[in-house]
Amino acid sequence: MITELGHFALILAFMVAIVQAVVPLIGAHLRRPGWMALAEPAATAQFLLVAFSFGALMHAFITSDFSLKIVVDNSHSAKPMLYKISGTWGNHEGSMLLWVLIVTLFGATAAWFGGSLPPGLRARVLSVQSAIAVAFLAFILFTSNPFVRLAVPPFDGQDLNPLLQDPGLAFHPPFLYLGYVGLSMSFSFAVAALIEGRIDAAWARWVRPWTLAAWVFLTIGIALGSWWAYYELGWGGFWFWDPVENASFMPWLLAAALLHSAIVVEKREALKSWTILLAILAFGFSLIGTFIVRSGLLTSVHAFANDPERGVFILMILGVFTGGALMLFAARAHVMEAKGIFGLVSRESALVVNNLLLAVSCFVVFVGTMWPLVAEMFFDRKLSVGPPFFDLAFTPFMVALGLILPVGSAMPWKRASLARAIWPLRYVFVLALAIGGLVFAMQTGRGLVGPVGMFLAAWIVMGALIDIAQRTGRGGNRLGRLMRLPRADWGKLLAHGGLGITMMGIAGLTAWSVEDIRVAQLDAPFEVGGYTLTLDDVRRAEGPNYLSTTGFVTLERAGREIAQLRPEKRIYPVAQMPTTEAAIDYDLARDVYVVIGDPQDNGGWAIRTYIKPLTNWIWIGCALMALGGLLSLSDRRFRVAAGARKPKAQPVAAE
Amino acid sequence: MKRLIFIAMLLAAPVWAVQPDEVLQNPVLEERARELSKGLRCLVCRNESIDESNAALARDLRILVRDRLLAGDSDAEVIDFIVARYGEYVLLRPTATGSNWILWAAGPIMLLIAAGVGLVYIRGRSRAAASQEAGLTEDEQARLSEILKD
Repeated sequence: MITELGHFALILAFMVAIVQAVVPLIGAHLRRPGWMALAEPAATAQFLLVAFSFGALMHAFITSDFSLKIVVDNSHSAKPMLYKISGTWGNHEGSMLLWVLIVTLFGATAAWFGGSLPPGLRARVLSVQSAIAVAFLAFILFTSNPFVRLAVPPFDGQDLNPLLQDPGLAFHPPFLYLGYVGLSMSFSFAVAALIEGRIDAAWARWVRPWTLAAWVFLTIGIALGSWWAYYELGWGGFWFWDPVENASFMPWLLAAALLHSAIVVEKREALKSWTILLAILAFGFSLIGTFIVRSGLLTSVHAFANDPERGVFILMILGVFTGGALMLFAARAHVMEAKGIFGLVSRESALVVNNLLLAVSCFVVFVGTMWPLVAEMFFDRKLSVGPPFFDLAFTPFMVALGLILPVGSAMPWKRASLARAIWPLRYVFVLALAIGGLVFAMQTGRGLVGPVGMFLAAWIVMGALIDIAQRTGRGGNRLGRLMRLPRADWGKLLAHGGLGITMMGIAGLTAWSVEDIRVAQLDAPFEVGGYTLTLDDVRRAEGPNYLSTTGFVTLERAGREIAQLRPEKRIYPVAQMPTTEAAIDYDLARDVYVVIGDPQDNGGWAIRTYIKPLTNWIWIGCALMALGGLLSLSDRRFRVAAGARKPKAQPVAAE
Repeated sequence: MKRLIFIAMLLAAPVWAVQPDEVLQNPVLEERARELSKGLRCLVCRNESIDESNAALARDLRILVRDRLLAGDSDAEVIDFIVARYGEYVLLRPTATGSNWILWAAGPIMLLIAAGVGLVYIRGRSRAAASQEAGLTEDEQARLSEILKD
């Protein structure tokens, strides 16, 4: 019964969304306050209906209602509760429902907290947001209905993919979706502004928190996914340039660009049309990401052909929204003439370079991701584009970005002197170079990744510290002034410093990992990179829904025991799938990563050991970036100022 | 429990990435083998190199690479040998031949275009700076006096 109510609520939400997409838009055009005001309660109603529907689906998963097809396919009565809940979005239909839930949540928050927006803009934003919801609700209702019942329910389900039964991955999709969908808000604002034909500093100030929030969520989501890959997949890689990963990385890059260009619009009223274009593209790439993941197109052309209906539907959504918005952009871009003026060397110019590098690097990822498909369709070549290509083609952009970051962020608005921006950074630059050189000398002939990475990390982190120190001015009570700096400045410090720290972790892991593969006999110690490991015992045990083989490994250094490690190998009988549970001794300086393999014919077990230097800093850096974003989000000017100072309306004749 | 163990035994014993028995005695050759296998794709997996993959086919390919190295092939010869049998699909780093130049050149060309557009824009803004600096527009003047009144 609850299931049917959930289905019904979803259909009602679809109806409400259609009304909300049409009426306020017309109302805003005809300037009818009543029609415009409809958007607000409709957004709330829409959110509540979808939330009820999502709750109904989750209820079915929690109670293991095997009369629902989706529950049978993705759950099992013996599965731990956490994964029963996360199973709700661990499948196609449920994840799309979560997508829509977040679209409507963002729409509703815009309605609740958008009181200071001009009514016309608010009505249009909510309409556009609702149009997105209409498209995806239609997608769910017509091609991926999660509420399909089975005529003959089985006794038990087929279990969730065991790789996904993991706390890291349970929360990875919701964060990622919050990020993807958060960009829909920037998109709605962009389209509403295009319809309205007006973009000013106030507009940028409304858009920026949404973009910032989306970027923070994307950062967290990507970091969780990468951390999961690191400890779960069993060889300690953190990024694989898989199409699905790229799908989340491209919106992240564009959101980062948008975040910065919106500052220019807000502070200097320049880069307007570019910012609008970025907002459209960023959401476009979220849709492309959804398309890539949901259609299965890139994993194999055949997976797509098996179920072309869904893929084509999302492609249509992508075409209508991105294409439509771009056409609107082409027709209206000229009304957004820039007002701010600035010199060749200025913070504005530095942010243009930042945007340029981020956007082009995103383009490189896009081309690399799509190339196998293009080559097969147009040139009849079946080929792969893997990590070696991306490492080579993408990394230079990040190096360039890291190089200019401290200089650019030290520049003043309008007109700067390069010499004056660089001067306070001179010691830091020399120190960073010295660190890079030292690292190069110490590692003797191991390539440039390590030294360059350490140089960049030191340069960015120390540059960010100098930047905030500079903001306190000269003499007298600098500490007091430091404490009173706006939160946005602290956010900037953390986000930029976090980027440097992540780069340090990536460089350390990539350049100096040590690997050891061997047959370990019981109680026979062996050495890996200065550590002594002993396989004391191997035991088999039974978990709630799996069978496990656990190795008992003692990790020692210089005769002192550091840790007891328990690498595990699991077999999930229901899903018929093995997984590795690597045992990791976490440490800020290095991780010791142990994986147990198969028993060997002549006794002993295959054991793989990795020493991975600085790895944890990758995720510490990501956490700092996210924290920086949150601090910036809580800055006073977003809470108070948006709309508090009503800018004088500057109507632009809409042709 | 017995039934579960039986099922577990029925499952094909999983084969993990690089096994101890595959490793070559000669560390230089082994190092080369690892480097080569990081650039070769496991044909039955999703975007995994044969170095990382657990599939049986990847293991066969890893052993093939090592056999060729032991037979005295150069790195390029090993790659050619495998591409000749499995096609360029196995190369994780696509060659820059034929239509693939588009892939490799796309980034640099786009960077040049973007840099050009960016430069024109910035110069436009700085020229405007020179011509507009003289005074405020009427609107701005009105706004200024309004602010100063407060």
